[in-house]
Amino acid sequence: MSINPDATIMDEPTRAAQVDKPVSSHTAAASLSAAEKSTRLNSPTVIDIENVDFHYGANKALHGIHFPIREKLVTAFIGPSGCGKSTLLRCLNRMNDLIDGTRVSAGSIKISGVDIYHPSVDVIELRKRVGMVFQKSNPFPKSVYENVVYGLRLQGVNDKVRLDEAVERSLRGAALWEEVRDRLHTSALGLSGGQQQRLCIARAIAVEPEIILMDEPCSALDPIATVKVEELIHQLKQNYTIVIVTHNMQQAGRCSDITAFFYMGRLIEIDATEKIFTNPSQKQTEDYISGRFG
Amino acid sequence: MATPAPNVPYTNGPASEQISNIRQTLLMMASLANRNLALGMRALIERDEKLAASVEAEDSQIDELEVTIDELVINHMATHAPVATDCRFMLVASKISSDLERIADQATAIARRSIELNKEPLLKPLIDIPRMAEIAEGMLRDSITALIDRKPELAQEIVKRDKEVDAINKQLARELTCFMLEDPTTITRALNLTIVARCLERVADHCKNIAEEVYYLYHAVDIRHERAP
Repeated sequence: MSINPDATIMDEPTRAAQVDKPVSSHTAAASLSAAEKSTRLNSPTVIDIENVDFHYGANKALHGIHFPIREKLVTAFIGPSGCGKSTLLRCLNRMNDLIDGTRVSAGSIKISGVDIYHPSVDVIELRKRVGMVFQKSNPFPKSVYENVVYGLRLQGVNDKVRLDEAVERSLRGAALWEEVRDRLHTSALGLSGGQQQRLCIARAIAVEPEIILMDEPCSALDPIATVKVEELIHQLKQNYTIVIVTHNMQQAGRCSDITAFFYMGRLIEIDATEKIFTNPSQKQTEDYISGRFG
Repeated sequence: MATPAPNVPYTNGPASEQISNIRQTLLMMASLANRNLALGMRALIERDEKLAASVEAEDSQIDELEVTIDELVINHMATHAPVATDCRFMLVASKISSDLERIADQATAIARRSIELNKEPLLKPLIDIPRMAEIAEGMLRDSITALIDRKPELAQEIVKRDKEVDAINKQLARELTCFMLEDPTTITRALNLTIVARCLERVADHCKNIAEEVYYLYHAVDIRHERAP
């Protein structure tokens, strides 16, 4: 890996200044006026990530991460393997709690103003609000229908009318309804890879989360299935705040409104996606997105 | 960006080779365009018909290079989806090659006019036209230096020099109009000289375009149409 020695990682005050300033008026939606773009990109903060350090045992994986995630926008995390982007993503619904020896060792993560690492927080309730879609589609060996209602059944919902409504709404939301409406009660494992991933998205939105985390959701999909998931992400952001980790630079460019670049556990740069991919402020960002290292 | 980012990759992969190839082709094209412009002017000043004919013959080589650059650019964009500076470089390389091709066309036009002018005695000593040519050639050299040496600030200075060439062109046009009014037998020669001056004014315009493109390449700021940087 070759890194330009002149490239600087932003120091804390610089970084804080950068994330506190309004995001410049860039967006993927070319038809929007500059004022509309600016308003949209500066929508209210949903997740406040404040000076977060994270440890895997003795190994510090995140260093003073500090930035807001804004409502009903798609925020992409990019960076080379091991830079901490998936670690940070999993901090947002405390998925890292499932790994022994891990801890948020400094700072806080607040969702709608509530510190999600406070002892009083119900983690199950948190994960209901912050859904997650993984790299590899992981449908349960059950019917399409049962996969979608799984979370609702865990919550104790058994009313058939309500479950039926949720299935149709979620599958429509995941752009899968037309493809599976006639085989809701057949095994989900019979679906194609792309359909399985959209089923997982349907399962995630069935419990009506506020935020959806996606960890490389298209990395195992073919280009056509990828396009469908990307179109779905575009539709979903009307109602949800989405955070996506991707290694695919073009995907980050196509899908997201805001892009954050991480390197060696630090946030190097965050800005409007259009800005990141046309004129990033940091040389390290440019080198990475241009394929010069990583 | 505070510092111009180089668009020379550190790695030796196909992306690096393709970008390097585009830069080399652009440089070769600039060198040929510059040479043709100088030879066109020499043919005019020294009233050398053979030289004028050689300028015309070499123009097709520059045309070919323009096509080559567009092919290289489209191939790179299709296969590597460049972003940031690399993406701007693709756009700028295509535009600069078009400007260079037109500069070479102007050199050819000057050479053709010199053949026409050689058929009659000199209308007046050539003073303003060589001055224009000197400024335009300097602008071309400096705009390519700004590109290769990554000196966008030099590009801003080149943009200013275009006004100087415009002013000489206007002054010369007035002077040549007077010749034509006073003596109709000078019309053909005066018109040919007017065309040569206009060719040089166009060369300066293309150099200004190149300078603006170089500024955009390194600063991601569009200074065309007198937009402030």
